Amino acid sequence: MPSRTSEPDGRLDRHPILTFVRGRRLRFFFNDRPVYGYEGETIAAALVANGVKVFRHTEKLKRARGFFCAVGKCSSCLMIVDGRPNTMVCTEPLRDGCRVEQQTGRGRLA
Amino acid sequence: MRRAQLVVVGGGPAGLSAAAVAAGLGAEVMLVDDNETLGGQLIKQTHKFFGDKGHYCGVRGVDIATILSERAGEHSVTVLSATSVVGLYPGKVLGLANGDSFRKLGFESLVIATGAAENSIPFPGNDLPGVYGAGAVQTLMNVYGVRPGRRVLMVGSGNIGVIVSYQLLQAGIDVAAVVEALPAVGGYHVHAAKLVRLGVPILTSHTVKAALGAESVTGAVICRVDGRFRPVAGTDRRLKVDTICVAVGLTPLAELLWQAGCRMFHVPELGGHVAWHDEYMETSQPGIFVAGDVSGIEEASTAMLEGRVAGARAWERLNRRTRESRDIIDSARLELGSIRKGPFGEKATCGKQRLAECVPA
Repeated sequence: MPSRTSEPDGRLDRHPILTFVRGRRLRFFFNDRPVYGYEGETIAAALVANGVKVFRHTEKLKRARGFFCAVGKCSSCLMIVDGRPNTMVCTEPLRDGCRVEQQTGRGRLA
Repeated sequence: MRRAQLVVVGGGPAGLSAAAVAAGLGAEVMLVDDNETLGGQLIKQTHKFFGDKGHYCGVRGVDIATILSERAGEHSVTVLSATSVVGLYPGKVLGLANGDSFRKLGFESLVIATGAAENSIPFPGNDLPGVYGAGAVQTLMNVYGVRPGRRVLMVGSGNIGVIVSYQLLQAGIDVAAVVEALPAVGGYHVHAAKLVRLGVPILTSHTVKAALGAESVTGAVICRVDGRFRPVAGTDRRLKVDTICVAVGLTPLAELLWQAGCRMFHVPELGGHVAWHDEYMETSQPGIFVAGDVSGIEEASTAMLEGRVAGARAWERLNRRTRESRDIIDSARLELGSIRKGPFGEKATCGKQRLAECVPA
């Protein structure tokens, strides 16, 4: 595993009233690129921390879509996770080694 | 199929309160929530609660979530987390989905405390990555310690807008401006004043006209609006922001109530369609109760009190009225009345009154 000790820029380390207790560091893949997150996070939170904003593109107009509601209601964040399309990554827990890919359109079931 | 005496849908402030009260009185309670962690939106609320005589005055929302969850645990409420209620069928049956599995759960009484979802407003580019709901920004920052962006335009100066703006500053993130279409700030003065002291302009009679950017937000166009919310020509201004945070209100998540056949009414003061309910939170369908934002948008303090009323009344419906259940209901209703007399209770009071005047049958 490549050594990387410093946090990506997208994480808050100092906060006046909150302490962030992060779980085990996990490696996962975004479009085949290895990235890191923490146990207890959602996939969406880990992606945003890694600077990923575009989660999918729409079927007809190919508009970019990203994180919006964070509570599993709006369907903006549908991605392909371990080959499975239309996964709502804003509520999907991050798992070690999972493969997350941007989705285009409705996705295809394998 | 398993059948529970009382099922509570939603583990936020309203649902947790209802479950704990009913279980405390002796009901067999199952609480279903679609998140991994109970607490609903309380888990992202790092600000201290107000109130002159409420139980949680001065306590942060995130800590109230822990207290309520523990209380539900003490009263042996059975919790089904990461489980969505996906349907309500005739014969008092719920459909539950958890991952790939589906099962049914019967109930005698039901408390629906599903909360609300965030609204958006129409403007070109409002679908771009980088346009977030205010709740989503709170989740990223306060729950996961993740930076939603570098520089934010806040749309809306209601309580959520001003509180989240202040939380952004606490996290070291720039707030370029807060725009508010109305001619005055909507939220708590104390939070708005903090923003102004910290140099954040709150632009009243202003709105967002467009989000700029191809694949994600790179800027925003704001403009002044007239008394009828029409853009004023020649007042466009560009802001360099990578995030637009939309805090323009909430809509009750009432799908299950529609499915249950409850009489529904559209009450703008309550955020949209809500189920008619009596003063004990019972809907037009006997044995089906509502509590919290799904019964009309308010706040966590009133949600907890409505939850107590609904939980105790649901127990009374299953058993009988006792001194203890009456005391819970009476004291919660008294406190609700006093909170709604406060400066932010007027809208809800008006809405609840309007709903009460509707005829349920």
